[in-house]
Amino acid sequence: MIPSRLVRPTATALLLLAWAFPLYWMVTASLTPESQLFETPHIVPRALVFNHYQALFAERRFWMPIRNSLVVAAATTTLAVLVGAPCAYAMARLHFRGKTWLLAAVLAVSMLPQISIVSPLFLVLRVVGLIDTYPGLVVPYVTFALPLVVWLMTGFFRGLPSEIEDAARIDGAGRVRAAIEITLPLAAPAVATTAILTFLYAWNEFLFALSFTVSPERQTVPVAIALFRGQYQIPWGEILAGAVVASVPVIVVVVALQRRIVSGLTSGAVKG
Amino acid sequence: MAAIVLDRVRKVFSGGQTAVADLDVGIANGERLVLVGPSGSGKSTVLRLIAGLEAPTSGRIFVDAREVTDIPPEQRDLAMVFQSYALYPHKTVRENLAFGLRMHRVARAEIDGRVSATADALGIADLLDRIPAQLSGGQRQRVALGRAIVRQPQAFLFDEPLSNLDPRLRGETRAEVVALHRRLGTTMVYVTHDQEEAMTVGQRIAVLRDGRLEQLATPLELYERPANTFVARFIGSPPMNLLKGRVTRESGTVRIETCGQIITIDAVESQILFEAVRAVGIRPHDVSLTDPQHADLRGRLDVIEPLGHAQIAHVTLDADVRVVVVVRTETPLSVDSRVGLAFARNRLLFFDDAGRRLD
Repeated sequence: MIPSRLVRPTATALLLLAWAFPLYWMVTASLTPESQLFETPHIVPRALVFNHYQALFAERRFWMPIRNSLVVAAATTTLAVLVGAPCAYAMARLHFRGKTWLLAAVLAVSMLPQISIVSPLFLVLRVVGLIDTYPGLVVPYVTFALPLVVWLMTGFFRGLPSEIEDAARIDGAGRVRAAIEITLPLAAPAVATTAILTFLYAWNEFLFALSFTVSPERQTVPVAIALFRGQYQIPWGEILAGAVVASVPVIVVVVALQRRIVSGLTSGAVKG
Repeated sequence: MAAIVLDRVRKVFSGGQTAVADLDVGIANGERLVLVGPSGSGKSTVLRLIAGLEAPTSGRIFVDAREVTDIPPEQRDLAMVFQSYALYPHKTVRENLAFGLRMHRVARAEIDGRVSATADALGIADLLDRIPAQLSGGQRQRVALGRAIVRQPQAFLFDEPLSNLDPRLRGETRAEVVALHRRLGTTMVYVTHDQEEAMTVGQRIAVLRDGRLEQLATPLELYERPANTFVARFIGSPPMNLLKGRVTRESGTVRIETCGQIITIDAVESQILFEAVRAVGIRPHDVSLTDPQHADLRGRLDVIEPLGHAQIAHVTLDADVRVVVVVRTETPLSVDSRVGLAFARNRLLFFDDAGRRLD
């Protein structure tokens, strides 16, 4: 059997393999000529071609859905965090009547199944003239992302010892100054985590994107890739290439924000 | 430097509990006052009210003759040292010390000067560029102290600053805090739950229970002349022995009936209204073990606690009444032996049915 000291590394290796292999396969398959896609695949591909990527950008103008997804996801993340964080701070720190009900209401919004909302929302957006526009996607996305942001950050702020802010206030900082100079830097890890989750949600969202956009000028990446499918054939190579390209911004964002998550910031402030 | 006055201050929290009830306390300019009491007595709440972190439900608070009841904490010019230190975790020690001065718009050069001087005085000058996570508990405590000192505030507020230190460090730091006060002369309000800490630190002590002031006096007065049974048992260790009983007086002789036995005291000149007495108090240090034949009370020695510098003997009188006696280490004691207790006559205290001490 496997000696005990090798169990951990072996398990890690297997896990890594299970997780990374589909990615690897996706990338290599996207570089394989269409004709060879359904033959027995080789672990290391024999030939690498860029046809699919060329087709993506030359014929299908894939840069457009990418642009749309980036705009929508970035706007959603920014708005959700800008609105959600102060809301969470108020929920955690201030006392006012009906606070529990408000928090419950916020949670209730996120429990609504998207599919039941799509039709009425479509009608509303059409009346307001927001079909096939950026706001038409950003507004519903922010609505569904806010509950998660508020809940995550409220929990975080509650866990932050209020004594540090008390100390800042006694030191002469007003409530706002204390929040900005003391609480905010400490909240950075939570903000980063929330931002990642919101970005991923907005980037991968399909139902609303499909329903509320009409033209390629506003369609996002998931919708665009789904629409590659023709009446008689499915361009697997291009779909795979599209999926690879769609993964890149997500990986970049996660890596960039991961560095900001510095844990143990609060371990030195409070004894124990 | 400022005098602090609490005028009929009351604090009721939204859950309904009264944390502080009609408190009247005057702290003199430059005084070192300790707020002591068991958990839940409201002492930390009082400190937070003075600091401005809580607003009183009613009553007024004055700092240096100026009413601050409605003034937010950032404008009260007070400095507080927290039990958990509450250092800014993302700032260096230098930045932690400088923060308050920056908020008060002190000139950069002066900030640097004061920070260096304070750091030197506290022995943390070589830690200035570290962040709190890299410091030990004692070092963090010094930084917390430094952050308050560097501000040169009107008064210091200490919220159980030594509770998180290990016992050995506590004694040293306690002495340093007192020395600091002597050096700076700034008014100091110090909260603790430890009666020994209160006695050693306070020039005057306010004993609190359930939000009410039980007694405000010097340490010695609290010890010798406690206002009631609560203060009598709270101050002093081991706690004072309280024996339920009645007292009768015939001319100069007083007879105390307690625990089924009678103590006779001759030549009593005191003016005390003995008919009102319901309990008698005597401190463990004022009781001595003696031959049961000539003793005031007789009982069985149950437990011996050797401390090294003394022994603590627990004597059971009848069913559940215990008397604690502090005995010299040299005295031979054996458990379950029958012993006699002798009370120092001039150290007996008498309390009425409400627990108030009779004079």
